[in-house]
Amino acid sequence: METVENTSAELLAFEARLAKDEVIEPKDWMPADYAKTLLRQISQHAHSEVIGMQPEGNWVLRAPTYRAKKILLAKIQDEGGHGLYLYSAAETLGMDRAQMIEQLHQGKAKYSSIFNYPALNWADIGAIGWLVDGAAIVNQVSLQRTSFGPYARAMVRICMEESFHQRQGYEIMVRMMRGNAEQRQMAQDAMNRWWWPALMMFGPHDKDSAHTQQSMKWKIKRQSNDVLRQRFIDKTIPQAHFIGLNVPDPDLKYDEENKSYQIGEINWAEFQQVICGNGFCNHARLSHHKKVHREGEWVRQAAAAFSVKQKQKQQDLATAMA
Amino acid sequence: MNNNENLYQFLLRCADDNLIAGQRMAEWCSNGPILEEDLAMVNISLDFLGQSESFMEYAASLDTTGKTSDDLAFGRSEREYYNHLLVEQPNDDFAVSMVKLLFFSAFQKELYTALMEGKDERIAAISAKAVKEARYHYRHASDWFERLALGTDESLRRLTYAVEELWPFTENLFETDEVYNSLFAEQIVPDMKSIREKWMTTMREVFSNGGVDIPANVHMYAGGINGYHTEHLGHLLCEMQYLHHAHPGAQW
Repeated sequence: METVENTSAELLAFEARLAKDEVIEPKDWMPADYAKTLLRQISQHAHSEVIGMQPEGNWVLRAPTYRAKKILLAKIQDEGGHGLYLYSAAETLGMDRAQMIEQLHQGKAKYSSIFNYPALNWADIGAIGWLVDGAAIVNQVSLQRTSFGPYARAMVRICMEESFHQRQGYEIMVRMMRGNAEQRQMAQDAMNRWWWPALMMFGPHDKDSAHTQQSMKWKIKRQSNDVLRQRFIDKTIPQAHFIGLNVPDPDLKYDEENKSYQIGEINWAEFQQVICGNGFCNHARLSHHKKVHREGEWVRQAAAAFSVKQKQKQQDLATAMA
Repeated sequence: MNNNENLYQFLLRCADDNLIAGQRMAEWCSNGPILEEDLAMVNISLDFLGQSESFMEYAASLDTTGKTSDDLAFGRSEREYYNHLLVEQPNDDFAVSMVKLLFFSAFQKELYTALMEGKDERIAAISAKAVKEARYHYRHASDWFERLALGTDESLRRLTYAVEELWPFTENLFETDEVYNSLFAEQIVPDMKSIREKWMTTMREVFSNGGVDIPANVHMYAGGINGYHTEHLGHLLCEMQYLHHAHPGAQW
């Protein structure tokens, strides 16, 4: 990875490659800001997968059937796996996982704000799969064509698993809506709480987005926040109506001509609050991650010490044999 | 209430052992010492759940009242659970969980190997699939036993504590009663003494690799398989069965 700036010939060549939709690989020359933007985005994505294990982990011990328990465990395992690929993809840009985790703990690296909302009833597990993973897929399908090779390839695999997650989430919602009055109420409650945060996952409107323009130019980002958000809205609202869930938006309108829904105003003040760290679970999620990391330190140290001793033993043996 | 009381009881023991072990292991989800290990423990938990479900479905098939495997898992109280005492013990720390897995997986791999030769075809088939998982669990746990034993002073101290806490529950794994003996007479289940011998041979090897002493002259606890449990089980079930208690009759 070469990141010397002002190498105009290299920059021109780089831009020419992007123009031809070529894939940029870790050893290729790239502008420092391109690498920086990717590292920020990929590590944030990796942290999101890992922090996202918490709200779902909150229900794993209470999942109500064998089937539900197995699916949820498998799903959480997938999320952890996505975290691993993404950390590896980010490591190709020159920062190791331990450093990325340190940045997370210091508040220098972020994770998706959606996980700063609590998972309060079993239908939340449905809503997280259906709405949160559903929103993530729309974004990630677009990222399969991102210009950085390791990120694009990670997205291909992640998207396959996420579409399973989305279906299992919707299945929970379907079951709850076919259930008794309490179950339907739980499903609607989950819908009411997760709908707007899911829409916020696409980020600010294009006109207010700090990173969009440059990222689009570099083909890191292939489609804008508003385009992706609208795709999600148009895909998801019919699914909600099909099972009898209300969309918690009094200003929602259907535009017959464009076959598209128009939503009311997103509460951007809430969005900003959560981003600034004042969401309901910001503190809890981060302090849980820190606590687990701290509590696991003796295990990591033991494994490292054992590995050193084993290598020494093998060296001693080799010396004795020589 | 079922066609074969002894077989039914034995199937519940196997199903309950795996379900409780799986539930305990799932407590590590998003709490592992490193991401890779978090995933490994969730994976082991999934194996236990799958095994439990296979045994529970078989048990449910003998139940003449039409209960499903979910009814049996989520509808019985602690006095109607028949798992061994070891698996219900709390995780406490990573060393405790790995020592528990070591003791239990070493038991399961011998038991399943023997059950594959037993006269009940369905148990033999479940065991043939499960034994592969038990061997993998054993490898995972015995690797960690060695790492923790030979790692740092702290890891050895924690490992030793875990061994002292859990060893008193190991004899219980080999406990037999009328239910077991009648199935033994039918050649469905193996001689538990031989399972115990094989298990002890494995333990001597693992403990010796780690330079850790096997506890001697300890009081050994009995129970579990007769529905008599440590106080920990009730709390575990309380959490696991929460939705069923909060919303009786709801379908999930």
